[in-house]
Amino acid sequence: MTEILYGVFVGPFRDMAGSPAFLVEVLLGGVATGLMYSLVALGFVLIFKASGVFNFAQGVMVLFAALTLVGLMERGVPVAVALVITMAVMVGLAFLIERVVLRPLVNQEAIILFMATIGLNFFLEGFGEMVWGANVKKLDVGIPDRSFIVAGVQINQLEMSAAATAAVLVAILAVFFQRTRIGRALRAVADDHEAALSIGIPLKTIWLIVWSVAGLVAIVAGIMWGAKSGVQFSLSLVALKALPVLILGGFTSVPGAIVGGLIVGVGEKLGEVYWGPLVGGAIENWFAYVIALVFLLFRPQGLFGEKIIERV
Amino acid sequence: MTAEAAGPLLEVEGVSVRFGALLALSGVSLNVQRGEILAIIGPNGAGKTTLLNVISGFYHPYEGRILFEGRDRTRLSPPDVAELGVARTFQNVALFKGMSVLDNLMTGRLLKMGGHFLLDAIWWGPARRQELANRAFVERVIDFLEIQSIRKTPAGKLPYGLQKRVELGRALAAEPKLLLLDEPMAGMNVEEKEDMSRFILDVNGEFGTTIALIEHDMGVVMDISDRVAVLDYGRKIADGPPEHVRKDAAVLDAYLGAGHD
Repeated sequence: MTEILYGVFVGPFRDMAGSPAFLVEVLLGGVATGLMYSLVALGFVLIFKASGVFNFAQGVMVLFAALTLVGLMERGVPVAVALVITMAVMVGLAFLIERVVLRPLVNQEAIILFMATIGLNFFLEGFGEMVWGANVKKLDVGIPDRSFIVAGVQINQLEMSAAATAAVLVAILAVFFQRTRIGRALRAVADDHEAALSIGIPLKTIWLIVWSVAGLVAIVAGIMWGAKSGVQFSLSLVALKALPVLILGGFTSVPGAIVGGLIVGVGEKLGEVYWGPLVGGAIENWFAYVIALVFLLFRPQGLFGEKIIERV
Repeated sequence: MTAEAAGPLLEVEGVSVRFGALLALSGVSLNVQRGEILAIIGPNGAGKTTLLNVISGFYHPYEGRILFEGRDRTRLSPPDVAELGVARTFQNVALFKGMSVLDNLMTGRLLKMGGHFLLDAIWWGPARRQELANRAFVERVIDFLEIQSIRKTPAGKLPYGLQKRVELGRALAAEPKLLLLDEPMAGMNVEEKEDMSRFILDVNGEFGTTIALIEHDMGVVMDISDRVAVLDYGRKIADGPPEHVRKDAAVLDAYLGAGHD
């Protein structure tokens, strides 16, 4: 019994204090992963905020973007050109989704729109595989997967580049949606469609913008995850990790998605490394969901979400 | 000024609106003159809100035309109508509840902030200057409506009367040519009604804003409006100065039921 208590409450912290450099390594790894979760979660938040739609297809959009990019590169298109084409494809996709899926379903119940995104999910999955094939593809973005040592801390170049890219993108998006006119328009649409229309905000344009941005975010997420573990179907499952992030951060909060991603990323890495051996490892796979469950019990609106008050 | 500037600001010509079998408006014609306060009254279900929704583009008539500043504007969408300079409030207060009062009013300035949405984000400097200039205007509206103290309060947390005032503020922030108010005083106590009446008169007097409003409180209507139009069962049954409408037989019928002597 004391052994278990020691293993849970004392041992891990003694290990952390014993080797600070290693702790920093673990934290950095956690932040890197966390930022990537944030990025996927952001895609969800943007669409949810602007249209009240929970976009089930966000994960597949990540896969689809990565597939398109790799597919183009495999056919000999230079990286830069392939990237531009992929961006155009994702914006085009946003345009089509607004036209074909959202517009005909305007004013429908949230659950119907959700179902529509499930349909979109399967369509994109099948379409992506039809066009680009179902094999695991290697994505080489030109950043070597090697490590160097700074002040005794081992740093992986690929991971850090990905983290830096994610951080910059997240920062840009946060400023974009919190501080600019369009951010205000977006929040207005999220709050009240009719009122937003009456002050001259065109809903269609807003939807096109958020789906495009979600598409662009998907490209970055796709590149980062793809470079790490290859472009394959499991990429779309990254979205599943974004769910606990959303529950933590709140579905409607951009800062929430960022902080939530970091908490999940760092938390699961720390758990895996320091507490993992206690239960035979693999904490990383379920840790996020346990946090999410705890949040659902005690703070269902998440850290930054708007509190839901139903008046009876 | 061109010739068109002399005509009515808004002309509704023989507008009919149908919801399935229900004829919500039938052949309604109505003008709104520049600079006036027009009250639209009528019993419940007379089609007043429908008329406002048609003017602001939420519904489109199956018959008839709407002209704004002499041009046919019948089939515009709500954002396009807003762009023409028509601002409105809603019967059930449609504020952005999660946003502060200040932000709510700033959204009213969206159309006044020129330039492109996306360029805003990329080219930071001009967007910032513009934001400040518009903020200055919004502060004037805040002073005008005497809501300085609730500037930072989330709109959803305010009492109903104040929410109505903030909603008016958002409409004013757009510097509209035509202001449409759907029951601006519904659910208010006497004091709040007096405040609101004063604001409406001041908006009209100081800025020359043309106002069309729907209201149930007859006392208020007779006090503040230059002209009153009466709807009943989707038809216009009277239109004229308040003192005439008050004595109109058709209006008395509509309100008190036929058969009074």
